[in-house]
Amino acid sequence: MKRRDFLKATAVLAAAAPATGQAALMREPKSMPPQAIGMLYDSTLCIGCKACMSACKEANDLPPERLPEGGEWNTGTWDTPLDLSPTTYNIIKAYVNGTRAEKDRAENGYAFVKRHCLHCVDPSCVSACPVSAMHKDPLTGLVSHDPSLCIGCRYCVYSCPFGVPRYEYNDPFGQIGKCQLCSHLLAEGGIPACCDVCPTGASLFGPVEQLKAEARRRLDAAPGTELEFPRGEIGSDRPTHVATVGDYQQHLYGDRELGGTQVMYLSGVPFDRLGLPTDVPDVGYPTLSEGVQHTLYKGMAGPALLLGGLVFLARRNIKRNQADDPLFTDEDTEPDAAAQKEEKDS
Amino acid sequence: MSAHAHAPVGGRLVTAPFLVLAFLAAIALALLAGRFVYGLGAVTNLNDGYPWGIWVIIDIVIGTAFGCAGYAVSLIVYILNRGEYHPIVRSAVMASLFGYTLAGIAVMFDLGRYWNFYNLFLPWYAQPNSVMWEIALCVAGYITVLWIEFAPTFLERFGLHNAREKLSRVLFIIIALGVLLPTMHQSSLGTAIVILGHKVSPLWQTQFLPLLYLSSAILMGLALVPFESVLSALGLRRQLETGLMGRLNRVILAVGAIFLAVRLGDLLFRGALGHALAGDLQANMFLLESALFIGGLALLARQQARRSARAQFVAAVTLLMAGILFRINSYLVGYEPVNGTWHYFPSVPEMLVTVGIFSIEILLYLVFVKKLPVLAKHA
Ligand code: SF4
Ligand code: SF4
Ligand code: SF4
Repeated sequence: MKRRDFLKATAVLAAAAPATGQAALMREPKSMPPQAIGMLYDSTLCIGCKACMSACKEANDLPPERLPEGGEWNTGTWDTPLDLSPTTYNIIKAYVNGTRAEKDRAENGYAFVKRHCLHCVDPSCVSACPVSAMHKDPLTGLVSHDPSLCIGCRYCVYSCPFGVPRYEYNDPFGQIGKCQLCSHLLAEGGIPACCDVCPTGASLFGPVEQLKAEARRRLDAAPGTELEFPRGEIGSDRPTHVATVGDYQQHLYGDRELGGTQVMYLSGVPFDRLGLPTDVPDVGYPTLSEGVQHTLYKGMAGPALLLGGLVFLARRNIKRNQADDPLFTDEDTEPDAAAQKEEKDS
Repeated sequence: MSAHAHAPVGGRLVTAPFLVLAFLAAIALALLAGRFVYGLGAVTNLNDGYPWGIWVIIDIVIGTAFGCAGYAVSLIVYILNRGEYHPIVRSAVMASLFGYTLAGIAVMFDLGRYWNFYNLFLPWYAQPNSVMWEIALCVAGYITVLWIEFAPTFLERFGLHNAREKLSRVLFIIIALGVLLPTMHQSSLGTAIVILGHKVSPLWQTQFLPLLYLSSAILMGLALVPFESVLSALGLRRQLETGLMGRLNRVILAVGAIFLAVRLGDLLFRGALGHALAGDLQANMFLLESALFIGGLALLARQQARRSARAQFVAAVTLLMAGILFRINSYLVGYEPVNGTWHYFPSVPEMLVTVGIFSIEILLYLVFVKKLPVLAKHA
């Protein structure tokens, strides 16, 4: 083979390679859905009562969990999960440090954090799911899961940057579980169970824009002063909770992180202490993975072109060498017969 | 006439290795029964921190890279027009056939909700942004292509010359697809990591993963050829194909050089090389992986070595190990789950299932080369 052929072939193959001069192939980041709803969780208001956890279980018809070891006193009536699981969509965890003397202090202090799906603006789980079992509502932006479509590949579990979706490994018919912001209650005109029962307004439901404004109001208030905090749903006529303004980290988590989230956090301790990743880009990871895919497969033009080139080269090279080719020549073909065949074919 | 006709090797089928392999396969099947009765957790150590274990990373990601022999050789023979490699086309295609078919089967028992798997093929549920969806479709397509590519061997064995003649006329399309599909999904196996974002160490997380996965898959596919040639020469008492392999090793060297250039260039460009000296498990595994790549290629760089069967074999094994480690590192070692302390090391039953899968592959190889005209006859 001749250098020219080689170059031609290489050119065809190069069409397949993600040859890039740029640092990043990016697809456009997704923007906040028009009627985005979500939640504001304020760690400084949370008293760790876990009312939201039991309300979540009840609202989603989930069984209580026992501690994996010990807990003889617990015959199964107490819900004592240690982490999110396929049957625990929401969990309150405590951050503790040193003497644990004071709440919402990073050193020698403690703080609470509520863990569940953040309903990302550009969710990795949705981008990863091969069969559309993870779905982001185009209007409200809520990320829901449909087990009847799910093939159980667990790519959503693998890819979620917050470690939210969970799979039941000890069930032959296991399924994925995660918070869906109580879409079933919303459909009946209700609000998420966890926000409904929260006594302090630490979990607050509402339209994302209003929640962001509320967060701004809290961040702007002077620490130590008294402020009224709405409860349940923002803008509802529930009595407010009057409390002292905490010493906030001056940032609303979820405002920018990974392209934004519809569940957002305020905290007195740095967010990474609460297990929220802070060293992350302002765009979701799907912008990068889909950036690669869209560059290579836009309209399937690249693969079609490549296939065309491959068909051309394969056909030509086969014709040239057919007599010698084990995929084409019968073992019992006589030499001249093969030569004749080649003649006829070309 | 074709200078390298193929013939069944013949000989007894039920030998000692055959029985050992069959035994290992039987164990795997028994363990898999447990998986279907009690769930994935009963057999594997999978958890929500490590939702993908060796059944995905070894059986599928590495298994199909091994299965790239047919792809890599077809690429050289049919696209780059290197006819001299014809004698190895058939056995290479067969290696791919087994690698991919078994990976396809492995998917089925790793899927947590396997009974829904057909949703992958229903256009109205398709999610084309999902790298996984693309991989699934390409792999399914390629398994079909491989069986058609290998069909002449069957047709020949059973004397169906007419069917064979007809197939020959369209085989070029199948061969072209057989190059396109692996190009797509082998690179996508790298892209699949991109969405894991900060969970994967900068030593592996890069948008160049598709190119790195593609080039290292070709490298592994090619390295498998001298590996298999030496083993079958020893095991089946056949003559060594050292001359041909020597030339093939030049190609291996070139592909490996491309991989290394991209790999190191990318690390330098992103300023991630510092992580390599952190002294932790990830850093050390990175160093080991790189040493294997560089060492294997350095062995082949000397012309002298390319002519010796022993050096070729050692180089092939080193490069295969390098490719394996690159895959294990980028999916497992370089990956850190968020929130909480998670551990994963495959359970013994989990490993036995993987061993069983590879045993079936070798078993099929033995049956096929003994009964079908796969290996080149020697004059
Ligand atoms: S937090 Fe995880 S599960 Fe929830 S939407 Fe984001 S990526 Fe999906
Ligand atoms: S486990 Fe189910 S929901 Fe998650 S990515 Fe796979 S198919 Fe989609
Ligand atoms: S929104 Fe509903 S499902 Fe989600 S954490 Fe709150 S109660 Fe649980």
